[in-house]
Amino acid sequence: MGVSVTVKIPTQLRSVTAGDAEAVVDEATTVGEVLDGLYERYDGLRDRIAEDGDLRRFVNVYVAGEDIRFLDGLDTPVEDGDEVTILPAVAGG
Amino acid sequence: MPVQGLKCKECGERYPLDARYFCEKCFGPLEVDYDLAGLDAAETRRRIQAGPPSIWRYADFLPFERRPRTALAAGITPLVRADRLAEKLGIREVWVKNDAANPTHSFKDRVVTIALAKARELGYDVVACASTGNLANAVAAHAAAAGLESYVFIPADLEEQKILATGVYGTNLVAVRGSYDEVNRLCTQLADDRGWAFVNVNLRPYYAEGSKTLGFEIAEQLGFELPDRVVAPIASGSLFTRIARGFQEWIDVGLLEGRIPAMNGAQPAGCAPVAAAFEAGRDVCRPVRFPETIAKSLAIGDPADGPYAIELARRSGGGIDSVNDEEIREGIRLLAETTGVFTETAGGVTVAVLRKLAERGDIDPGERVVLTITGEGLKTLDAVRGTFEAREVEPTVESFEEAVGSPAAA
Repeated sequence: MGVSVTVKIPTQLRSVTAGDAEAVVDEATTVGEVLDGLYERYDGLRDRIAEDGDLRRFVNVYVAGEDIRFLDGLDTPVEDGDEVTILPAVAGG
Repeated sequence: MPVQGLKCKECGERYPLDARYFCEKCFGPLEVDYDLAGLDAAETRRRIQAGPPSIWRYADFLPFERRPRTALAAGITPLVRADRLAEKLGIREVWVKNDAANPTHSFKDRVVTIALAKARELGYDVVACASTGNLANAVAAHAAAAGLESYVFIPADLEEQKILATGVYGTNLVAVRGSYDEVNRLCTQLADDRGWAFVNVNLRPYYAEGSKTLGFEIAEQLGFELPDRVVAPIASGSLFTRIARGFQEWIDVGLLEGRIPAMNGAQPAGCAPVAAAFEAGRDVCRPVRFPETIAKSLAIGDPADGPYAIELARRSGGGIDSVNDEEIREGIRLLAETTGVFTETAGGVTVAVLRKLAERGDIDPGERVVLTITGEGLKTLDAVRGTFEAREVEPTVESFEEAVGSPAAA
């Protein structure tokens, strides 16, 4: 298929990504699969942002700039060249 | 000073007092942790009463080892008994906490006073924020007074008054084509590596502490007593939850007796994710993608402290309600006509929710209720345009009498 997605990783997660600020995941069709690909690559990442098979409640994920809660959550499809961004949800107000 | 460090609200992980706002272990929000056990109530009360006429009188409960000096200190705004409003609503005792009487005319001066003092302590040269308007005013003004450079990010469709009252201070004003939540996301991304102090992003734990002082002041101005109920607006939920935390800290220290008041949150119907979750019995807020309300200062579709606001409303025996634009306009008029206080749309939301509670019979006859008015009516003038008419006359007695009536007829 050749689908390739770039994930932006915030500074505070880079201790578990060996300093990587972004990672390219291939062959994923949904956001959930993109994240699974990252979990396989980076030990300890899953615990930081996920809990019981879902994202932790203070983690926001965006695909091509759109909050996945307005799409299909972890089932949101990804397309070749999409950018996935992981951000903390505790700012603002 | 009793300040200890930062602590994750979710998992309890501890961090030093530096510029960070979420837990590296679980992404939960960080808050300032204090050891209040060593504070003697009588001595603390004396220290407060001998302190300066600003929020720095509460320094024992603020996140600094040493009390900083600030050019524009917020606080000590009037708490006014509002008997005419109470009578109109059929309740016994209402007090209006008028936080429009701050240097830039909103409660945001409290949070910015704390955040900027921390930014300076940590050695930042540039401060910034994501704002729905009032915070923009406050950051621009306090940065100017402190001689710091500032960047203020706002949604491009903000009220003109709020834009003008920000730009005048010489800030770098950035109008973002998007919703507040998009502005906030942009700032979250910029805060990651820009090296700036974003007051409500990487300095948010300190910023939030400023809102506790609203609770402290209400209690002090009531003669170190707790009200029975507090009605306050909810945007991110930070103010709402911190008012209660202020009361709780004083109860813990022995400065106050009793339990925290029933906390009632107020949201505009066009952006009410917290009220909706409360009503549905959910713990998590479903974000609002396209907020549509005249109360732009409350138009946060994805409120960071939403879950904590819901938990507080439940635990305290309060609630969270929403009101529509028409009720908001009526709320502004009701407050103005009964108290002489002209509030912005967010205040209209708060008044309208108080009226709703009164009409629903949720307020017991003997209750002492505090209404927190967080902002100034002059900043949202469009909300009252067209709600009354002026009589235009010639500068003659005849013309006046023709328009208004003669003494005999009157």
